[in-house]
Amino acid sequence: MNFNFSEEQLLFKEEVKKLLDKENSVKRNRNILEGDEKFDKELWDQLVNMQLTATTIPEEYGGIGMGFLELCVIAEELGRGIAPVPFSSSVYLATTAILNSSNEEIKKEFLPKLAKGEIIGTFAHSEKTTFPSESGITVAAKSGKISGKKVAVPDGDIANFALVSAISGKNKIGLYLVDLSADGVEIDSLETFDPSRSHADISFKNTPAQELSADAWEDIEKLLDQSAVLFAFEQVGGAEAAMNQAKDYAMGRYAFGRAIASFQAIKHKVADMYISLQLARSNCYYGAWALSNDAPELPTAAATARVSATKAFYECSKENIQTHGGMGATWEFDCHLFYRRARLLSSNIGSQGIWKDKLITSLEKSNAPT
Amino acid sequence: MDFNDTKDEAKFRDEVNSWLSANADKKEHAKDIYRPAEMSGEGESGESSALKDAKAWQAKKYDAGWACLHWPKDYGGRDATPMERVIWGQEESKFKVPGGFFEIGQGMAGPVLMLYATEEQKKRYLPPMAKGEEIWCQLFSEPGAGSDLAGIKTKAELDGDTWTINGQKVWTSGAHYSDYGIIVTRSDFSAPKHKGLTYFFLDMKSPGIEVRPIKQITGGANFNEVYFTDVKIPDSQRLGEVGDGWKVSLTTLMNERLAVGDASGVDFQEIFELAKDQDFNGDTAISNGAVREKLADWYCEQSGLKYTKMRNISALSQGSTPGPEASITKIVSANKLQDIANYGMDLMDNASIARDEETAIFQGSLLGAPLIRIAGGTDEVLKNIIAEQVLGMPQDIRVDKNVPFNEIPTGSKN
Repeated sequence: MNFNFSEEQLLFKEEVKKLLDKENSVKRNRNILEGDEKFDKELWDQLVNMQLTATTIPEEYGGIGMGFLELCVIAEELGRGIAPVPFSSSVYLATTAILNSSNEEIKKEFLPKLAKGEIIGTFAHSEKTTFPSESGITVAAKSGKISGKKVAVPDGDIANFALVSAISGKNKIGLYLVDLSADGVEIDSLETFDPSRSHADISFKNTPAQELSADAWEDIEKLLDQSAVLFAFEQVGGAEAAMNQAKDYAMGRYAFGRAIASFQAIKHKVADMYISLQLARSNCYYGAWALSNDAPELPTAAATARVSATKAFYECSKENIQTHGGMGATWEFDCHLFYRRARLLSSNIGSQGIWKDKLITSLEKSNAPT
Repeated sequence: MDFNDTKDEAKFRDEVNSWLSANADKKEHAKDIYRPAEMSGEGESGESSALKDAKAWQAKKYDAGWACLHWPKDYGGRDATPMERVIWGQEESKFKVPGGFFEIGQGMAGPVLMLYATEEQKKRYLPPMAKGEEIWCQLFSEPGAGSDLAGIKTKAELDGDTWTINGQKVWTSGAHYSDYGIIVTRSDFSAPKHKGLTYFFLDMKSPGIEVRPIKQITGGANFNEVYFTDVKIPDSQRLGEVGDGWKVSLTTLMNERLAVGDASGVDFQEIFELAKDQDFNGDTAISNGAVREKLADWYCEQSGLKYTKMRNISALSQGSTPGPEASITKIVSANKLQDIANYGMDLMDNASIARDEETAIFQGSLLGAPLIRIAGGTDEVLKNIIAEQVLGMPQDIRVDKNVPFNEIPTGSKN
């Protein structure tokens, strides 16, 4: 058995890491956080040049025809580098949603452009303040047009198009592709908790929309499960980076005549980070297996990976600040960049409570939890 | 990314399965366990009956070449690969077979003998250990030396080529039915504490050994105190050099940490089933959001351990050495056990206090968990190991490291 990534996949992962290290991704996160740009176009172009946006797209649609496993290792490295790019919106979500669909016309039109990074997509789902349930969608679709408001859409002011969940006349939740430069679209950029990733409220007023699927609630649930595995890898990458920062700082920081890394209070703290990280990583590997095999276990595996990775990134990023002492809570140190990103990723596709509930629901359905 | 056997692994698994199927009964469900035929009473008679059955099963495996698979054939093993050993373990666990008496000998004493005993001794002691004919125990902890194992005081004095042992050991599993033991002693009280230790194996039937059971908070007595009064050990049974006992002990402890696995008792499945059945504010407990959140946390831990184990097995299958990830297993599973047991009793409310069929496993787990968090390396020791050996953080400053042992201060609780 090989319950691990293949040698080629691990080499590929190393290449992605090298690129993000060379490009100083963490520094770029700070530049976006402090500046006026909404994302790092230069870094995005580098990722596109490396064909990372083409990863899961088959060659017939202009991609390179690799799989979700390759996307998992990319996600982990983007997390480690807290990259300020719209990769999760455009690749994990928009690209996957189109790949999942059977609409050939849309596939032929959009996938080649997504592969080449010529366009950026996002998934506009949240309404009001909560992650919506099936009955919570109020954006309405009627005769090829949609109206209503989506809230805090990730990369909503960067993306060229959005996949929008909306309720049709038949009381079904459908998924619609909307050109964000079309008539009747109003985009309001938001001030956010983690300005390294842009978010916007988007209002639609009789905006033209192409139907991806008129009855899409199950498709949306599946898309969320698929992307949850990828988000979880990104969270694990960030968590590991935060743990290593804490450890490295503790080794070099001296107090009471010795490295603070020699105090058990610090060692046990870092050991706890390691424990949460390993649990999350192992669950992510199972999620990767289920995702790449499109296994019936995906809902359980995805929720498990998502819940434990969310927990790990929160724990590692907050205890990293604590280990740094006062300096950890300064603007100058990078600790807060990871702390902010941890919170952002926890919120983006549904919070911890939502995913814990999804996990138990999937176990109740499968009735064979172990 | 797959869970598939290689061709050789699949062939080996088939071979294992056909032998097991011919010689044992398959479990009907995961929690199905072996029950000794004569297991009517509890305590000593139950234990001796279980021991008898375990010895018979071990001998049967030995005769067919399925005991201590990874050991050399010369010493009663099979020269199997680490992966073959894992496959055996996976398959055997699907059958209702007895066990639980030979792990310390085969897991800890055996590897030390293989490294430090003479060829003649290995040929004499290892095969009966593999066969389960002779049972071994480990005499390490003392009343004043647990996590700080190098602080032991049991005294060894050499006269000619015979050592005389005086002192007391504690927490010795199975001392009351063991034939032999491995023991670490102090042979030089004026050397620094790690330098004055010497390691032996000895006959547990030697004159001067007294074994007294320790009654645990569970009411059971799996551990013992062992007293030594002028016990004689020939110098030929010394393992390693005089004064080198700490190095030999570390070999044993390394193997102990590999041997200690998941904590047994209530796990996710039990609390999940309970939550589905149990009333809570006029509905089932599982329909309550707070309950669901707790269940999800435990499921994630259980799953995380399961797939951590899979990552390790995968490394073996690929011919590489497993990483240090497994060091998290006991900490996570023992704490999970304790918390699930406590929460289960919480859900059962006041009815949880009465002992009946439903509450017994939660009560037993709640009482057993504290011991599991301590045995084989406390949570705190294991976290130090993760920090120091896995993450490379420095050791704590040790004020007693270079001080002659007899000048180290001791407190009133030693």
